[in-house]
Amino acid sequence: MSLTKRTFMTTLAASALAMTGFSGPAQAFEPTKPIDFVIMAGAGGGADQIARFIQSVAEKKDLTTRPLVPNNKGGGSGAEALIALKGASDPDHTILVTLNSFFATPLRQPNLGIDIQTFTPVAMMGVDPFVLWVHKDSGITTFEQWLETVKGMDGEYVMGGTGKGQEDSTVVAWMEGTFDIKIKYIPYDGGGAVAKDLAGQQIMASVNNPAEAKGFYESGDVVPLIAFSDERLAAYQDVRTVKELGHDFSYYNQRAVVGAPGMSDDAAAYYQDLFKTVYDTEEWQGYMASESLSPLWLDADQQREYWSTQVQNHKDLFAAMGE
Amino acid sequence: MEILGLLGDGMALSLQPLNILLIMVGVTLGLFIGAMPGLGSVNGVAILLPVTFLVPPGSAIIFLAAIYYGAMYGGAISSITLGIPGASTAVATTFDGRPLALKGRASLALVTAAIASFIGGTVANILFTMFAPLLASVALSFGPPEIFALMLLAFATFVGLGGDDIPKTIFSICIGLVFAAVGFDQISGAPRLVFFDISGFLHGINFLVLAIGVYGIGEMLWTLDTTRGKITSTETKMSVKGIVDDSKEGMKRGWKGTTIGSFLGFFVGILPAAGATPGSLMSYGVAKMVAKNPKEFGQGHPGGVAAPEAANNSASTGAMLPMLTLGIPGSPTTAILLGGMVIWGLTPGPRLFVDQSEFVWGLIGSFYVSNFFALVINLAFIPLFIWMLRMPFTILAPLIFVLSVVGGFAATRDMHDVWLMLGFGLGAFFLRKFDYPLAPAVLAIVLGPIAEPTLRQSLLLSSGDPMIFLNRPIAGPITIIAIILILLPVLNWARGKMRKTAT
Repeated sequence: MSLTKRTFMTTLAASALAMTGFSGPAQAFEPTKPIDFVIMAGAGGGADQIARFIQSVAEKKDLTTRPLVPNNKGGGSGAEALIALKGASDPDHTILVTLNSFFATPLRQPNLGIDIQTFTPVAMMGVDPFVLWVHKDSGITTFEQWLETVKGMDGEYVMGGTGKGQEDSTVVAWMEGTFDIKIKYIPYDGGGAVAKDLAGQQIMASVNNPAEAKGFYESGDVVPLIAFSDERLAAYQDVRTVKELGHDFSYYNQRAVVGAPGMSDDAAAYYQDLFKTVYDTEEWQGYMASESLSPLWLDADQQREYWSTQVQNHKDLFAAMGE
Repeated sequence: MEILGLLGDGMALSLQPLNILLIMVGVTLGLFIGAMPGLGSVNGVAILLPVTFLVPPGSAIIFLAAIYYGAMYGGAISSITLGIPGASTAVATTFDGRPLALKGRASLALVTAAIASFIGGTVANILFTMFAPLLASVALSFGPPEIFALMLLAFATFVGLGGDDIPKTIFSICIGLVFAAVGFDQISGAPRLVFFDISGFLHGINFLVLAIGVYGIGEMLWTLDTTRGKITSTETKMSVKGIVDDSKEGMKRGWKGTTIGSFLGFFVGILPAAGATPGSLMSYGVAKMVAKNPKEFGQGHPGGVAAPEAANNSASTGAMLPMLTLGIPGSPTTAILLGGMVIWGLTPGPRLFVDQSEFVWGLIGSFYVSNFFALVINLAFIPLFIWMLRMPFTILAPLIFVLSVVGGFAATRDMHDVWLMLGFGLGAFFLRKFDYPLAPAVLAIVLGPIAEPTLRQSLLLSSGDPMIFLNRPIAGPITIIAIILILLPVLNWARGKMRKTAT
């Protein structure tokens, strides 16, 4: 019986790999217990949605012999997750869904003793752009109007975000420095809560990922003003980018998966194949399109390089903000 | 009228053979998952999410909602029979459910819990059906100051929870708040109160770990100590007539609690920050406060079982509302349901009711059907649960111990939490010896993590001016009621003291 099941699983895995055009030696590693799928953010936010989506795809297509078990560790701008991975008792069964706090948090909290280059690159699943949103009742329709309003309120303009040092606050800080404006920034525990409180007019504006604000955009409650992407977003063709205004700035949130430090090469290869398969599924490609993520696939070496550039970028950004 | 038509279609959908089978299986599974300490609806839904890819999305969410419902019923079972909260939502059920069981009235408690759950669920379903879009806008109008005012109101009912000894109650609240502050600070991101640099404290103190420690281990030690091992079993007999009589008595003494729980639970449930656990605890507090003789609460009053049980079912329906209409999960379980909906190709949010009308009404219809089956299946299993109580305590005590340890571990899969739970159990035992009320500490650790960030967000909004809690149209009245409630017993207590010193 177990033999039959095993044969079946192998055939399935092989056919899944064949479908994605993968060719290589047989797997040397198979998970032997549930995989701890740590998420660097709280339940309900962008990273959490993506992790659960990936888990669902893996389950639906039966891609793993043991399940991925999502485990939210959002404390301390992701510090909790990084510490958990660093001390993982079984690095071969511990992977992490990351955000940019993967770069920013170790920089801002050097006493954590985290060196991200010790982590194991697994997969870059895409990057999530940021957009500036206001409530429709504010009457603001252009970025210029918005700047004027914020200046007029002299530090009383309220924006919400996911916390100091988090991705959106970096964008807000950049705007403060570049356009000489002052903003009152209220931290929330996730992008979903920020979007909800913008729709309820508890705050006046937010820098949210399209995925987080999409529902309220479709119902007409919130209005996008400007995108912080390199090019205009397919789903928001009318929304200009800051680059068009002549500012050489773009900021994306990485949606990547990394393995715990000390993961064996065989295990790393297994997860790299697994997430390549997920990346190529119709579901993931469809998700990226509908949620306005930019596709960006990087292999392990490219990821390490990407990490180095991002660490430098964040260092420069923080320095420019005077931190 | 249009709503009734849509609801009718929805119910017809949920009465299809496949769906009704899924509902019955889901409710039964949920009942047992809920009854297992440490496993709650969150785990149940997470474990069974993959199974749902075998059926169409409409049936899948009906199945998961049935598990969610069943777990809300099931949580009460171990709370009553063993004194270990079966799920975080059923912690308040132990306050009176366990004393009733010790008095040999376990069947009364179980029947009351089942009926109150049914009524809570039904009230919530009707409110949901009639006012869903309107209530979604109510949820949106609750910003940080409003949520904090509501938490203040909940803290005010604490004072009523602790009995007469107000200083001891406040002490208990403070202990709970200190535990609630352990872990990362949400506003600054800095770690706080990480005792001895043990990394297990970084993720904070899980509320369920505290609750299982206090009620499972603490209760076991207490029973061993007070009876010196003398009592062997709880007197319990079961018959159909007994169930009918218990239903009558339960409703007669518990109708007030049921009503409070049904409405308050629903309302707290629709607020995205809260969920069913704060809803059930707050309902218990209010039911006790308005009771004719509040001192009976905690000694085994059916109202103390009815209020939290009505509330947790009502809140679980309520928590679906922000999930479906705003795309924001109202509870940890709905967060997982939300993930499921995305993979089924549905976008929760303001457009869902319009774009996916059939799905939404099928789900709402299934709430009614699930609720009915949960009641019937739960009542049918009551004799089995009672039978567990016939075991001598010498067998039951090790069983409670094992279940508590497993439950403490299951919540976070971390041995650190098991040691913590044993520590809490011992601590609770001694606090109880010195007559400190423990329920306020449990409430504080649930509400603290909601109250603290909202307080700080509000003060950031107002640049430090506390008037923000008084001059907003919704927050203002809530804050004033809370302040009055806090002051009342304090004044009474002070007056009593003065009178004593005068004589």
